[in-house]
Amino acid sequence: MKPNKIIDMEQVSFKYDKELVVEKVDLVIERGQFLGLVGPNGSGKSTLIKLMLGLIKPDRGTVKLFDQPIKQFNEWQEIGFVSQKANSFNSGFPASVIEVVKTGLVSRIGAFKFFNRKHREKALEALRTVEMEEYADTNIGELSGGQQQRVFIARALVSDPSLLILDEPTVGVDAKHVTAFYELLRKLNHDKGISLLMVTHDIGTITEHATHVVCMNKTVHFHGASEEYKEFDDQDLNRLYGHSVQQLNHNHEHGVSQS
Amino acid sequence: MIESFLQYEFLQNAAITGMLIGIVAPLLGVFIVVRRLSLIADALSHITLTGIAASLLIEKRVTSVNELNPIYMGMVFSVGGAILIEKLRKLYKHYEELAIPIILSGGIGVGVILISLADGFNTDLFSYLFGSVTAVSSSNMWTVVCITIAVLIIVILFYKELFVLSFDEEHASIAGVNGRWIHLLFIVMVALVIASSMQVVGILLVSALMTLPVAAALRIASSFKQTIGLSIAFGEFSVILGLISSYQLSVPPGGTIVVIAILVLIMAILYKKVRNHLYVKGEPV
Repeated sequence: MKPNKIIDMEQVSFKYDKELVVEKVDLVIERGQFLGLVGPNGSGKSTLIKLMLGLIKPDRGTVKLFDQPIKQFNEWQEIGFVSQKANSFNSGFPASVIEVVKTGLVSRIGAFKFFNRKHREKALEALRTVEMEEYADTNIGELSGGQQQRVFIARALVSDPSLLILDEPTVGVDAKHVTAFYELLRKLNHDKGISLLMVTHDIGTITEHATHVVCMNKTVHFHGASEEYKEFDDQDLNRLYGHSVQQLNHNHEHGVSQS
Repeated sequence: MIESFLQYEFLQNAAITGMLIGIVAPLLGVFIVVRRLSLIADALSHITLTGIAASLLIEKRVTSVNELNPIYMGMVFSVGGAILIEKLRKLYKHYEELAIPIILSGGIGVGVILISLADGFNTDLFSYLFGSVTAVSSSNMWTVVCITIAVLIIVILFYKELFVLSFDEEHASIAGVNGRWIHLLFIVMVALVIASSMQVVGILLVSALMTLPVAAALRIASSFKQTIGLSIAFGEFSVILGLISSYQLSVPPGGTIVVIAILVLIMAILYKKVRNHLYVKGEPV
């Protein structure tokens, strides 16, 4: 019964003030995929995520989540989101790890109902998945950046989502922990069957781990399996990144292979 | 002390009112502090003063009005000010804190004019500024009882929404929490608590009861619930000890309560320092 297309964006465009930041993007995420979304700074990756989550509305095009138009979609517990801001939250906030994780259940519990023992168990289970259970009652501000990152993933996991969206999760996490972090993602994708969408600009690493890659700069330049992406040669890549750095306002007339 | 407490109704009123305020002011204070809105309490207390001055003026000038309880007018102004702050914050999206000085100075400016029109400062007004153990009537006490019950119910009912909004607004909106309504509800509660605290702590010092116990709790607590618990404990301790010393020393309770709250805060800071010191020493390097 469960729809295969978790996210289905068609011809989505979005303008900030008058500047077009996302242009005619088609993007499909299917169940079980681990999709890496790459592109230079300012290429509209984070905006695209916001469009998917309904935080902003597209000027053109349609967004469907689990086969439903985003307007009618209300099963937000199906989508876990780890924001870029998770790295820069108010670290003086007086909350314990488990309290933070439990906030991931707010949409599932609904209004006028309370947290109970069952929710605590669920939160502990999510912490176990990210190997942070022993820190449940620690103040979130006392943890290292990498540990906080895991807590935010646990918060996204606690509602048993089918899709986990991660926006630049490895920024500010040191190299040693990045390896462990990818190992965790692999576990979630393989063992738990959670589809993943990860925004990053670390192209080298993501192609090794993700099953599929989308490369965008305002519009989608590549969408396909990771192996194919390796054939999407360096020249194309340079062109993509080079233009964004040197000629920000240059229109992308050059059509790069799109799948 | 106990004898006079049992003997005089006004002391009982002040004690009960104070103890209730000692619960709700720090409770709301925790959310105010973590959302970095500490100064809103100050702005609202000043606009409450305008309401009180307006009430005193009406009482004086309009002959048909004999007895007007200033607490109600204070509440009307405080809630009005809260809604105005929200409107201004939306108007100045990039300078949200501008709303606070606008309301604060506006409140005190209009207040001063109204006060002089009502023939200047008198003892009544003095007790609204700095609190009084003798000014709490039983009808005021019952008003505070109602507000306390309402605030407790709302905070318990919307605890998870208030918490998630304070911790991470973006996440709250993805979770489908209606931030605007919850925030409005919250700010109206703050306005009502400020207006009802004025008789015991006084307008000028009410924000202290919302922030000082929280500041102390933040040094010690490791969870949000603990922060709330400790804040209420510290607030309650300051109010009770403050009221007793106010009565014994014949000084306004606003002063004694705030001084005790500051002493508690200093203790909390020292406690944290000593604990850190011991912890570092105890840790094998």
